[in-house]
Amino acid sequence: MKFVDEFRDAELGRVVAGEIAAALEPGRHYKVMEVCGGHTHSIYKYGIDDLLPDHLELVHGPGCPVCVIPMGRVDDGITVALTDGVIFTCFGDMLRVPGSQHTLLEAKARGADVRMVYSPLDALRIARSNPEREVVFFAIGFETTAPSTALTLKRAKAEGIKNFSCICNHVTIVPPLRALLESPDLRLDGFIGPGHVCTVVGGRPFEFIPADYGRPVVISGFEPLDLLQSILMILRQLEQGRCEVENQYTRVVPRDGNLRALEVMAEVFELRPHFEWRGLGFISQSALRLSAAYRDFDAELRFEVPGVRVADPKACQCGEVLKGVIKPWECKVFGTACTPEHAIGTCMVSPEGACAAYYNYGRYAREKEAV
Amino acid sequence: VSAVGREERVLQIIETARSKPPRFRDEQLTLAHGAGGKATRALIEGLLVPALRSPALEALDDAGAVHVAGLGLALTTDSFVVKPLRFPGGSIGELAVNGTVNDLAVAGARPLALSLSLILEEGLAAEVLRAEVEAIARAAAAAGVEIVAGDTKVVERGAADGMYVTTSGIGVSDPRASVGPDRLAPGDAVLVSGPVGEHGTAIMFARNEFELDAEIESDTRSLWPAVDALLEAAGQDVHCMRDATRGGVASVLNELARASRVSVAVREADVPVSPVVHAAAELLGIDPLYVANEGKLVACVAPQAADEALAALRSVAGCERAAVIGEVRSEPPTMVLVETSFGGRRVMDELVGDPLPRIC
Repeated sequence: MKFVDEFRDAELGRVVAGEIAAALEPGRHYKVMEVCGGHTHSIYKYGIDDLLPDHLELVHGPGCPVCVIPMGRVDDGITVALTDGVIFTCFGDMLRVPGSQHTLLEAKARGADVRMVYSPLDALRIARSNPEREVVFFAIGFETTAPSTALTLKRAKAEGIKNFSCICNHVTIVPPLRALLESPDLRLDGFIGPGHVCTVVGGRPFEFIPADYGRPVVISGFEPLDLLQSILMILRQLEQGRCEVENQYTRVVPRDGNLRALEVMAEVFELRPHFEWRGLGFISQSALRLSAAYRDFDAELRFEVPGVRVADPKACQCGEVLKGVIKPWECKVFGTACTPEHAIGTCMVSPEGACAAYYNYGRYAREKEAV
Repeated sequence: VSAVGREERVLQIIETARSKPPRFRDEQLTLAHGAGGKATRALIEGLLVPALRSPALEALDDAGAVHVAGLGLALTTDSFVVKPLRFPGGSIGELAVNGTVNDLAVAGARPLALSLSLILEEGLAAEVLRAEVEAIARAAAAAGVEIVAGDTKVVERGAADGMYVTTSGIGVSDPRASVGPDRLAPGDAVLVSGPVGEHGTAIMFARNEFELDAEIESDTRSLWPAVDALLEAAGQDVHCMRDATRGGVASVLNELARASRVSVAVREADVPVSPVVHAAAELLGIDPLYVANEGKLVACVAPQAADEALAALRSVAGCERAAVIGEVRSEPPTMVLVETSFGGRRVMDELVGDPLPRIC
């Protein structure tokens, strides 16, 4: 496929992987975090970590919007979904995320009308064609998906659609990164910046990372060559003693982001004072809710939601895993209370989370090392 | 305890948990139980097999073996609930015949006869039913099987989605065949009979959920000609065959790796995928290896017979793009590994659930 295959050239990949290996200081163990779940997916899909030397480790970051939703919010969603007359819409991967008791998929089995959509606009279309039903969209995602929710709400307002509302779980990427960086035991050498988020917000919001915390950031695309090149760019910064935000994904990410998208977001959303992240706890000003002008579309106000906080089990150490302080298997509940079938923490919820990946493939990875 | 010792202990706990038969502990059925992944396995191996124990059932093959007076027979059954009923390249009637015929064929049995059971929803247009009955007749004639028994039920409006079809089939074990997961051996070549993912993709487009148009047809067809050619060319060197329906080629390979405690290595670049399926998978973020087929088999063939087997497959209409996509290995047991076209390696796991319910 044109404009795709060029970024998946295995031959070039080998060359870049060779340069990466050559750029590593012998005896030093490197840890680089890919912030975005989309990057984690690409790394997994193309087997990129398999191409990297053993002493360069990729740490999966907090950027999977599905797995960071805490149990209490899923419970709220399920309560609304089970309300009479409601059509509950959300992205497919949200269906399997556990609340304190159930998943949305199980709520559907219990009679809730839960429908998978690919865009909030699909949810709005369902609202238009079912005027006698209440249609609720469970909005999730970072700055990447927030503009499409904002645009959908703008349209709903303009059209005067009354039976549409939204449970807003949009989160922002900078506060959890800051929370990770604040941790005194952080062991990361650099960050692969979230390309899609940066398409919207640009590169500037990440400048605090090199400025305040002395870690390089390279904003990266999602194809395998993008990722390898970004890793090499991080290593070059380390090698040359530079520390800055660089943009590898220049074909998509403008320096200032997408101003129109930012405008729409500013109109429709406002910052929540606090938001709870599964595995990371409460983080100030890390999420969005609907602004006063859009309050009529706020499903949390339109429906009775329990709004009960369900604490992450104390033993869960996702935060430490995310910071790279401990390995998944060092967590007290790993493999016993917390398994992919009954996940407790964010790192186990997503099949690409660090703990789920280790649970499924850990033995294989160790055998590979032994060979 | 040293760190290495602790890690080893944790891995041991996981290994023990994984090797236990899956337990069926859910309070209610969800669509995941029908998607062909882990939940389906829990339903089958955790509830049905333990309750209904029989050696043939425990083999978890596509068809069960029945021995009568020295004659080896194969028996199978399959229900079809596809939505929409008609889609480019086929319809529920054709699927119902070919699906059951194929379960017999890949068990190394020549399909002989089918039974047909129809569950019809009140209000279904007679014209729709007539068209499906004709499709069933045509597909049965093409596959060389007779429909020898049947049943009809009509349920209230809303209790079924138009029509559901169940077919059961009986076949006679082909004397050339000796197939089963226990015959898999390291070194075996893994063949697929043509481009993967066409049925699932055609259904997705037919549902029009994505407002995309593409020219893609379901691959529904009888696999007996392919099996016949394989057995003729490679006989007992054909070690195992599977019909790669729900869950796609990836799920079939996981089943085999688990059943035989071998590993399967797949070379992604060698997997035939049509441009439309490739583009759709790219857009939707899915892997064609997990997308359903209704006329593609996976065969594991002894290495010395792989070339003849491939040539024989390619001579069959509809299998021109058959390919060797990988091989059976001994390590790491129960795992399917993919060498990606980018040159990395990853594990190709069982599906946890399916984003696309009811495709067959």
